[in-house]
Amino acid sequence: MTLEIIKPGLATTIQDLGRPGYFHLGIPEGGAMDRLAFRAANMLVGNDEGAAGLEAVFMGPEIKFGAEMSVAVTGAEMPMFLDGEPRETWTSFTVKPGQVLSFGFLKTGARIYIAVSGGIDTPPALGSRSTYPIGALGGFEGRAIAAGDVIPVGDRPVVAEGRVVPDALRRRPGTPAELRVLTGLYWHRLTEKSQKAFFDDDWVVAPEADRMGYRFRGGQPMEFVDRPQPFGAGSDPSNIVDGCYSYGSIQVPGGLEPIVLHRDAVSGGGYFTLGAVISADMDLIGQLQPNTPVKFKRVDMDEALAARAERKAMIADMRQSLS
Amino acid sequence: MKTRYTYGGDEHIYVEIDDEMSLDAFFIALSLSNMVREANIPGVTEILPANASFEVRFDPDVIAPDAMMEKIKAFEHQAEAQEKRLDTRIIEIPVYYEDPWTHETLMRFRERHQDPTGSDLDYAARINGYDTVADFIEAHHSQPWFVSMVGFVSGLPFLYQLVERDKQLEVPKYLRPRTDTPKLTVGYGGCFSCIYSVRGAGGYQMFGITPMPIYDPEQKISYLKDFMVFFKPGDIVKWKPIDRAEYDRITQAVEDGTYTPRIAEVAFDLDAFNDDMTGFNAKLMEALNDA
Repeated sequence: MTLEIIKPGLATTIQDLGRPGYFHLGIPEGGAMDRLAFRAANMLVGNDEGAAGLEAVFMGPEIKFGAEMSVAVTGAEMPMFLDGEPRETWTSFTVKPGQVLSFGFLKTGARIYIAVSGGIDTPPALGSRSTYPIGALGGFEGRAIAAGDVIPVGDRPVVAEGRVVPDALRRRPGTPAELRVLTGLYWHRLTEKSQKAFFDDDWVVAPEADRMGYRFRGGQPMEFVDRPQPFGAGSDPSNIVDGCYSYGSIQVPGGLEPIVLHRDAVSGGGYFTLGAVISADMDLIGQLQPNTPVKFKRVDMDEALAARAERKAMIADMRQSLS
Repeated sequence: MKTRYTYGGDEHIYVEIDDEMSLDAFFIALSLSNMVREANIPGVTEILPANASFEVRFDPDVIAPDAMMEKIKAFEHQAEAQEKRLDTRIIEIPVYYEDPWTHETLMRFRERHQDPTGSDLDYAARINGYDTVADFIEAHHSQPWFVSMVGFVSGLPFLYQLVERDKQLEVPKYLRPRTDTPKLTVGYGGCFSCIYSVRGAGGYQMFGITPMPIYDPEQKISYLKDFMVFFKPGDIVKWKPIDRAEYDRITQAVEDGTYTPRIAEVAFDLDAFNDDMTGFNAKLMEALNDA
């Protein structure tokens, strides 16, 4: 059982639900950026929700199937074709050996997830098949897939065609995309004026946006509370004594462009962080294209936990609707 | 110490032992994070010790954030009272200062630097009051360094120099981080040296490069066969300046599988070090020379 890569797309990687436990060594958990869409793709083809699949960003790959298997594509909206015939996203279908899956131009969102029954079966590294290209770890030889790669797939019976994730369970960012933030960490470093401006300002996704972090621009430069810089921090007011970073944490080097760390986050560094995007909204970031308008919305811990519970309920609903 | 507890979103608690760097703060952060680890608190998924802080990642579906916070705070006094002593090792790391690869990179990102007219070393030497780059380089490698954090990417060590505070070298990070840094660059930011374990983004000033890999996901390099990451907090490092010929020789030896880092087992005792830094460092370096 294999997938043969005819065209790789832009930066298509093998991902699963990640490898927690090594962040203290600077090895991030990784895994699908939009975990809701990723889990949905696996559910559609009858896999465990954490089975490895493909994550493609902005541009789809072209794949030739080496055997009969169930396939589902979720996440961003991108026209999709099997041997040139249109197929629906968020819907299971069966492919025969030799058939080719290809994609048209991206319409909305940023990342698609391709699941195949049996899951991708490359050797796990530190307990996960997720690709961490910076560390040349996991995935297919530690890198994004390339033309000519033949990727092993596990053996699992096909499921019924036409299994669909209901539209209400396909979570997408709004316009502008709203990202909820819990302030904390080094929030006290900002002046009241900048604290307020961060939430009032209109931001857009900058071109430097990837699995490690998403950068935003368009808001006002930030001002810092005056202080003598602590020993060891460095002289810029946005510098701190290097500490560990949280997933979702928002650093603003030089007070200029906020960066939200994502699944392939660096584990620490010397820039202050003003808080973090709540866990429930991390999936949404994975679906943002450059230039997408974004508003940050301040929430408290209770609201963050309520949003977390809501997301969990959404996964439970998905399981129920596809069981 | 002015210990500060704060949330990083709904899944992390960040504990800043002190906002400035000191080995006292490092040891308290290490002790406190070890106590949290040993307590085996259900819901804790990651524990990250850092220079003068640490972070706990937890699953708020298993343990409520405020309950997690209380559990960590309960260990604070005990951690502060812990003995500041470690059985560790000293490692000699060869460094080719002013190498062509970091030079090419720093020229490429000049507009992100405080001083676009010179090199990172020119700038660092000047703002630290050294007449020449050579004097600055001498100050960088003459005394040993303490690994006070591992992280950023793939096993990257942050190192703190074992000298009096008035002798510490300090430089700011780049104004905006670079999108590229050569693999094994020896960098500098704040009062910390680092070794970039892999190629990638970075905000530290670039001083040189080591031929000794410190991360190997394939675990083929002889001294990385047991684990892919070389450094752990508490390791002690002595930089050894080398030239291009030596750099090439070591690179070849690593490739041939014949390179063995020079390492000696030592104990680090913070009180003994504070009482006599020069004498303590001399003993550390002696142990290395005997290895």
